[in-house]
Amino acid sequence: MVDIWDGFSAAFWLIASFDAELWEISLRSLRVTLTALVIASVIAIPLGTYLAVQRFRYRRFVISMINALMGLPPVVVGLIVYILLSRAGPFGVLNLLFTPTAMIIAQVVIITPVIASIAHQSMRELWAEYHDLLISLNTSKWQRIVTLMRDGRRNLLTAALAGFGRAIGEVGAIMIVGGNIDHVTRVLTTAIALETGKGDFALALGLGFVLIGLAIVVNLAIHTLSRTEREGQW
Amino acid sequence: MSALFPLTLQGVAVRRQGKRIIGPIDLVLNPQGPTIVIGPNGSGKTTLLRVMHGVERINAGSVSWAAQDRSKHAFVFQSPIVLRRSVAENLAYPLRLVRTPAAQIRETVAYWLDRIGLGSVQNSPATRLSGGERQKLAIARALVRKPDVLFLDEPCANLDGHATHEIETLLQEISAAGTQLVMATHDMGQARRLARDLVFVLDGKIHETGLASEKFAAPQTAALAAFLRGDIVR
Amino acid sequence: MKRLLTTVAMLLWAQTSGAEEMRMAVTTSFDNSGLADVLLPAIKADLDLDVRLLVVGTGQALRLGEAGDVDAVLVHSKAAEEKFVAAGHGTHRREIMYNDFVFVGPKADPAAIVDAASAADAVQRIEAAQAPFVSRGDDSGTHKAEQKIWASAGLDIAGFGDWYRPVGAGMGAALNTASGMNAYIVSDRASWLNFGNKGDLALLYSGDPALFNQYALLPVNPDKNDSIRNDLAVKLEAWLTSPRAAALINGYKINGEALFVFNATP
Repeated sequence: MVDIWDGFSAAFWLIASFDAELWEISLRSLRVTLTALVIASVIAIPLGTYLAVQRFRYRRFVISMINALMGLPPVVVGLIVYILLSRAGPFGVLNLLFTPTAMIIAQVVIITPVIASIAHQSMRELWAEYHDLLISLNTSKWQRIVTLMRDGRRNLLTAALAGFGRAIGEVGAIMIVGGNIDHVTRVLTTAIALETGKGDFALALGLGFVLIGLAIVVNLAIHTLSRTEREGQW
Repeated sequence: MSALFPLTLQGVAVRRQGKRIIGPIDLVLNPQGPTIVIGPNGSGKTTLLRVMHGVERINAGSVSWAAQDRSKHAFVFQSPIVLRRSVAENLAYPLRLVRTPAAQIRETVAYWLDRIGLGSVQNSPATRLSGGERQKLAIARALVRKPDVLFLDEPCANLDGHATHEIETLLQEISAAGTQLVMATHDMGQARRLARDLVFVLDGKIHETGLASEKFAAPQTAALAAFLRGDIVR
Repeated sequence: MKRLLTTVAMLLWAQTSGAEEMRMAVTTSFDNSGLADVLLPAIKADLDLDVRLLVVGTGQALRLGEAGDVDAVLVHSKAAEEKFVAAGHGTHRREIMYNDFVFVGPKADPAAIVDAASAADAVQRIEAAQAPFVSRGDDSGTHKAEQKIWASAGLDIAGFGDWYRPVGAGMGAALNTASGMNAYIVSDRASWLNFGNKGDLALLYSGDPALFNQYALLPVNPDKNDSIRNDLAVKLEAWLTSPRAAALINGYKINGEALFVFNATP
């Protein structure tokens, strides 16, 4: 219990003193995760919606694959991305290993299935509701997808936030592909792992509380934004 | 009246999971006024309407219109499907799908908002409307693209007398304005009030058709006579 | 796709620093010692060179060098290093400095290693007492050193009971485990002194020359790919073996205790 209290006070002092390094790694965490979130959402949301409206031969298989990929251990993702981006690997010439871009790639791989799966679930429900009307109105496939994404945007936001939560707290993959290099690829989670390794539990916990606070702030901010938007329409 | 008719159904059958839903049905429809499909619950009225509209897969037979143009169709479902958008946006939606100029959308939406008396709530979420208001909205939304034929599947099934009266008045007006109505109902009073032509469906087959005035006065089959009397018919 | 990724990368992470950059894989024990925080700013000041550290176990550090993903490797496992150079992954091996391994264990010292005659004697006492012992178990330099000590005492790890716990983790994590279990562990001195969660553990035995821990720099073979900055690795090597580095390394103390001894030959 003393340790947890120490963690709280460490977090408090880090924030209260505007610790430069804390700002740096927190902003990097946000940048990496938000970039990954945008890319993953652009892939996963239309994909999840497409799978809800379109029947095709391997649909069930694709959905099962996505659900299975959700359980992929981040360390494995990290290892695969590492091998691909390594200078000895197929994409070595891009020189992306141990950069924030590599971390973004790994996070995109990790959270795209999460977002796609949750998006697919909620879009399937909305599609059941809208199905008859949209068929009756002679909509094209693309119009159906756009309509569902527009009208189901609050559910899709939840899907995206689930992806955000998974990405911001992820450490296994980004440790491998980012390398936890000070001032380059060190983010909150890898810093926590590092401080734990040094046995500095108070600082590690302090960073952990900062991470939780960051996640809460982002969630609240997005919900507030979506509510302001709703007041006009909803 | 409309170039779409006559509509010819030949040997049409719909089966689902090995069970016959309707058929075989042979029917030629060339109506001169509101056509009402009556029959007991589960007799296949809904499926018949959906087959005519072209949104139900048929397992046998053929459906042919004099002019095959589904953009001239509209369909109102028994429990109204409202989009999770504002009332005005619900009305605008079918027009947006066909890239109608914004000015024309505004004008059409304003016209129908006024016509169905929902102008004061045009910016509220349509999901907050009462059952009767929703159904009026659904009918208006079906009409914004000026269809030649409007299918209605028991549009007043769950409504009180006041709402039913409003909707019947609206339907009589649009019928008089030249839109062909094809409506299923099991409300005999409604059938008497609205029908010019009558189609009596029993056990997935067309049992009797003809002018409503003649059929109500002198039903030819015992089943229709019994149904009109209010007996349970199977 | 390539261009898109590069553009995205450039937009978001334009590096403002004009200094040259190289990557070096180092062992956790080196980083945990805190020496890097002294050396890196000095290197930056003297050479205008940013050395980006990848802190991993010796095994992974050598793998990174083998893949050509880093420009140099700084580790402490002589046999593995020589194999690395012999296989052509590194240009050569240059000894820089050494520190030593220490035996850490519960203050009560149930195996009484505090007055052991040698490292081999210490492990024999632990084995005889069947006292809980945490091993890194991660093929790191420290792990290999520990294995060598057991072997020198004529003991076979494979035959040990469950008092011997290989945790497969870095130095800090292994120390955390030992602290939690109140077990014996072999650690490098620097990691131990910098470790914040000592609990009931204490340094019990050290000083046997068999426990000396030699660090060496291995510049990665630049033939592997065009991105390897061998020129910077050479520059770094010259600096690390200079009198300036010697002064910093020998002068680095924690709680008044020197950790490293500079022993590079000019």
